[in-house]
Amino acid sequence: MAGKKKGPGPGGPGANMMPGEKAKDFGKTMKTLVRYLSPYKFRLVAVFIFAIASTVFSIISPTILGDATDKVVEGLMGGMGIDFEGLLSILLLLLCLYGLSLLFGAAQGWIMADVSQKVIYNLRDKMSVKLDRLPLKFFDSKTHGEIQSRMINDIETVNQTLSVSLTQIITSFTTIIGILIMMLRISVLMTVTALVVLPLSMLVIRLIVSKSQGHFKNQQKYLGYVNGHVEEMYTGHDIVKAFNREEESQETFEKYNDKLCESAWKSQFLSGTMMPITNFIGNMAYVAVCLLGGNLAINGKISIGDIQAFIQYVRSFNQPISQVANVANQLQSTAAAAERIFELIDEEEEAGLDEAPEKVIDVDDVKGRVAFENIRFGYSPDETVIHDFSFVAQPGQRVAIVGPTGAGKTTIVKLLMRFYELEKGKITIDGYDITKLSRSNLREMFGMVLQDTWLNNGTIRENIRYGNPDATDKEVEAAAKAAHIDHFVKTQSKGYDMEVNEEATNISQGQKQLLTIARAFLADAPILILDEATSSVDTRTEALIQQAMTNLMKGRTSFVIAHRLSTIKDADHILVLNHGDIIEQGTHEDLLSQNGFYTNLYNSQFAQ
Amino acid sequence: MKTVFRYYKPYIWLIALILAFLFGQAMCELALPGYMSDIINNGIVKQDMDYIWKTGLIMLAVSAGTVLCSLAGSFLASRVSAKSSRDIRRALFRKVTAFSAAELEDFSTASLITRSTNDVQMVQQATVMILRLACFAPMMGIGAIVRALNTSVSLSWTVGLALLVIVCIMLMAFFLVLPKFKVLQSKLDRLNLIMKERLSGILVIRAFNTEKSEEERFDTANVELTKINVFVNRAMSFMMPSLMFVMNGVSILIIWAGAHLIESQDLMIGDMLAYLQYAMQVIMSFLFITMMFIMIPRAAVSAQRIGQVLDVEPTIEDSQKPQSLENHKGVVQFSNVSFAYPDAEEKTLENISFTAQPGKTTAIIGGTGSGKSTLISLIPRFYDVTEGEILLDGINIKDMTQHELRDQIGYVPQKGMLFSGTIATNLQYGKEDATAQEMLEAAETAQALDFISEKENGFDEEVSQGGTNVSGGQKQRLSIARALVKKPKIYIFDDSFSALDFKTDKALRDALKKKVGDSTIIIVAQRINTIIDADQILVMDEGKLAGIGSHEELMENCSVYKEIALSQLSEQELERGRK
Repeated sequence: MAGKKKGPGPGGPGANMMPGEKAKDFGKTMKTLVRYLSPYKFRLVAVFIFAIASTVFSIISPTILGDATDKVVEGLMGGMGIDFEGLLSILLLLLCLYGLSLLFGAAQGWIMADVSQKVIYNLRDKMSVKLDRLPLKFFDSKTHGEIQSRMINDIETVNQTLSVSLTQIITSFTTIIGILIMMLRISVLMTVTALVVLPLSMLVIRLIVSKSQGHFKNQQKYLGYVNGHVEEMYTGHDIVKAFNREEESQETFEKYNDKLCESAWKSQFLSGTMMPITNFIGNMAYVAVCLLGGNLAINGKISIGDIQAFIQYVRSFNQPISQVANVANQLQSTAAAAERIFELIDEEEEAGLDEAPEKVIDVDDVKGRVAFENIRFGYSPDETVIHDFSFVAQPGQRVAIVGPTGAGKTTIVKLLMRFYELEKGKITIDGYDITKLSRSNLREMFGMVLQDTWLNNGTIRENIRYGNPDATDKEVEAAAKAAHIDHFVKTQSKGYDMEVNEEATNISQGQKQLLTIARAFLADAPILILDEATSSVDTRTEALIQQAMTNLMKGRTSFVIAHRLSTIKDADHILVLNHGDIIEQGTHEDLLSQNGFYTNLYNSQFAQ
Repeated sequence: MKTVFRYYKPYIWLIALILAFLFGQAMCELALPGYMSDIINNGIVKQDMDYIWKTGLIMLAVSAGTVLCSLAGSFLASRVSAKSSRDIRRALFRKVTAFSAAELEDFSTASLITRSTNDVQMVQQATVMILRLACFAPMMGIGAIVRALNTSVSLSWTVGLALLVIVCIMLMAFFLVLPKFKVLQSKLDRLNLIMKERLSGILVIRAFNTEKSEEERFDTANVELTKINVFVNRAMSFMMPSLMFVMNGVSILIIWAGAHLIESQDLMIGDMLAYLQYAMQVIMSFLFITMMFIMIPRAAVSAQRIGQVLDVEPTIEDSQKPQSLENHKGVVQFSNVSFAYPDAEEKTLENISFTAQPGKTTAIIGGTGSGKSTLISLIPRFYDVTEGEILLDGINIKDMTQHELRDQIGYVPQKGMLFSGTIATNLQYGKEDATAQEMLEAAETAQALDFISEKENGFDEEVSQGGTNVSGGQKQRLSIARALVKKPKIYIFDDSFSALDFKTDKALRDALKKKVGDSTIIIVAQRINTIIDADQILVMDEGKLAGIGSHEELMENCSVYKEIALSQLSEQELERGRK
């Protein structure tokens, strides 16, 4: 039905035919999962009991139904007429059994829905909180897609198991055992006959699964190729055309498409054969039971009602068996998904998150003297980005950081805000080691404008207020004015209540930049970090941005990753970085007179 | 819809055959309870063992017939669905490839991708479903009703009653639960969105200490999702047992009413048992049919979305009698060109005339939305001009084939776009037989050689889909190299230097000048120093040509240009820059 994205559709068992992935440590993962379930243990016990009860009642009923038939037959054969009173009481008993089965079944589902969703809620919540406690290093080593997949697909897998498969396992086992007992009660000989035939279907299922697995894998593979090719060619549409590659692209597509078609029909067909073949085997058992039963009935060993009940049992034996056969697979993929979830939850957190900071500084008292003392850092141990960096910025100073791409400019400011931990050396603010402060205390001191203009899917007002949640509407508007974005916002139909859409595409790049500046204005922090944009904005907006940034920097210690000459020239101090080291520093004039790396960098844009 | 149905035409006979097999399967399956009834009525009651054996064997044969029909039907249905979907997919891809940029924008790339992938997949699944279940269930249902009525008319009210109750349950589900599924999806989307934002904004969130409020935002969405999930799961856990109850209830009714009929000699015992089975078959078929009503509308929407794409004719097509270029020089001439996007009220470009000469650099500068990129996208005919004409070496570009036109052009887009493969296959994109030497030279000119040789496998380094393992600046340089390998007469750079730092930008332009001296170069740029040396500069302002000339000329007489120049460089620097 709607909402289930992964529904295998008409392929039915298709999803189960895919070879499942395996957890690294099945036992440990399951134990952890059980720990999440343990707060609900009484409810789970109730679920188990209800599920078993519901199954037992539905297993007994065919026999009782058979009794009812026998009553009719007796009346018929005996010639004394049907005992309607006896029949009625049997039928009413039957109605009660069906009713109880319904009641227990529903009650079981009612409780389980609550338990499973609470567990899922907890898992999501744990992951959500965890996100904010992980070091940035973690995010560097994983793509967003990977992390999202854990929070979406893996959670969905576990959800599916908890809300459906778990009770299914219980009911399937109960059904199999129950039916066996009931069949044996009717006739051992007939049970043996049925049991000789039924394993055949297991064998056939096995065979078909192993045959079709390859085709399913291929189907997935070629579907991936086709989709990948489509995505690539559509996004690169103008390039394909400009380079006259339409033919080749079509050829590649058809190659994949044909293979997809081939594997699709084969896997579809093979999985489609399962039902009719097992049905046929079921029918063989059915016929065998009819024959044998007829024989026994003639000899008076069993009744017609028994045959009828037995047939019902044989008919309902197949489903739980194939369900049980799937359980192993299902548990495996659940364990694999749960394992990835737990891995994230157990991931190592940033150091000292829960310890009380040694020092708390009131942001209003911060003067803004920032000192780097012999710091060394690398994103991975074997790759040092910053070797030995020392520098002191005086309060109110404007520091420009320049250098070629990959010189470590952004890394320096990231270290300053303690997004990463140093390998060696220390950074101090007004003489206090930043590792002695709490991270939130430290970050309060900074206003930040990044090249990557992140906005969230809220109103413009909410986005500006991001800099200071307590700000009044007036303050928000004042910040917008200072950032020269007030005019733009006011000309929008909803003004400050205009929603930024999901991809933030209803606002231009330049305006986004101005909004992030407004955000930093509102934060009113003593130290500023600015990353000048290299991306193209039109010249008028560019001028506005420049002006807004200059306003923002007044009276604050600021670090600017500079791309514009005017910014560089207005800076009090310029740091020239290359390969993670300061190779030159000083004012613009100083550096030019040194006639070194900086001069080269500067001239490269102007020299003929 | 109609458009999509066309793709099933070639399989019409196979589909007829499938229906025949389905019919056979239904008939066989419906016959079984009859035989069982015979065994009871004539065999057991009359104690005739031979009869039981004979009938049992017939049952087995009929059962085999069911399997054979079902297998054959399944075989054909799988083939028809896979093949028709293949045809649809192929047609879609061909169509979209033929689209011009205008149609592409009209649908949006993302939407076209979904239509060619997920929607086709949806239709394929629905096809199997329809060919197997949707056609089978009514046959089975009607057959079972006929058989049931043949067995006993007076019991038919029981099945009628059961169906009525089931309809009530289904209607309740339809109005209570189904709408909630939509809500569920939107809540799930909301949760995913917040998740995505938190990942992409992680630096900002930490910098502004807003972790708590983000967690709360997520939690609100999480609570809402959990609530609706509990509701839906509970509703579903009522549905299934209720349906079971109805089915079981109806068998009780049949036995009660049947017993009375047997008493009055109007019904045989075996017939009653057969009737029980027919009743179940009717109910099951009915359930399948209702499920179809939920599945098919969704597939129909997909089919419609596919049809919309297939119904659009590409606006840009080759002329009937194409002229071919005789002297390949590379003179690009715009004469009175105006352009408006389809359905746009205002013209994006108005009355543009200029000539770009071989061996010269023509630069285009202007603010966002001034029409720079639109202007150059007219040259390779990504769009067609609305008025006026563009001539290449004296021939209207509409009069030559698109293939020949684009052969003359080396195009470098604004965003470096690479395809999956290796660096080498990407560079060979414009010239399949390019030698290693040619690639080396192009990479050198494009300032890409340094980082290519730093890669472990050099030119054979893998490029992943979308070029995610290559940085923005590297992508840009590789797309420049790709155009260079082609050695075209005309180079078009659509703001292609923006992702490069000043130094690389400069080095690249110098190298370019040396290498492609005799080609026509057209550059769109934002930075003044990228274009300051161009032979002629076009200044665009709101779709109009605000000035044309060299840097000096424009500084003298074009106020728009002067404004742009001064916003980026001081007068002193502009002076310096010229020395």
